Amino acid sequence: MASSKICVVVVSGTLERLQMAAMVASVAAVSGQEVLVFLSMNALPFFTRQSSLKAPHEGEMGRLIASKKVPEFKTLFEQAVELGDAKIYPCSMAMDVLAIGQGDLEGYLGEATGLTKFLDDARDGQVWTF
Amino acid sequence: MAEKKIVDGRGSFCPGPLMELIVALKSSQIGDELEVLSTDKGSANDIPEWVHKVGHEYISTTEEGGVWHITVRKKK
Repeated sequence: MASSKICVVVVSGTLERLQMAAMVASVAAVSGQEVLVFLSMNALPFFTRQSSLKAPHEGEMGRLIASKKVPEFKTLFEQAVELGDAKIYPCSMAMDVLAIGQGDLEGYLGEATGLTKFLDDARDGQVWTF
Repeated sequence: MAEKKIVDGRGSFCPGPLMELIVALKSSQIGDELEVLSTDKGSANDIPEWVHKVGHEYISTTEEGGVWHITVRKKK
């Protein structure tokens, strides 16, 4: 049986991928699975406080998602933490490149995490990459 | 005394109605019955799966005029 621990690596900044990552993380978390999310590359800037960035869509589905009452990906990630005890870690390298600190990030994110620690945490889990 | 509550998830898409149910369950007592209203067919299939998985009681699903009514009882 596959591990019930789910590690979600999010590097894309497009709406479809952020949405799918948020759906996997939130539903797994509220179903009692241990969920770790690692945010890096183009995904991280969306998680700065009061970010007004809008994720661009890749295709028709993203356009439709943006026009309908689909739960926002940031709301789903926050619910993954609040309702399901998921842990969401910002990548320390991406924070260094963006020149931001912990205080610049949404409050439901955990502490800055490097790859060494994340790889160690992910060793006995499934890894889903978006 | 067990209560019956309506969780109105109409208009929202997966996993919105499920998340609204979970929020409502948090503020409910064991034995309360919650009826989720959803216009999203995926949620009508997915919510009973979730209820079985986490150990609440699934009571019924009915559909009327494009609105699914999924009724569950809080068990823990």
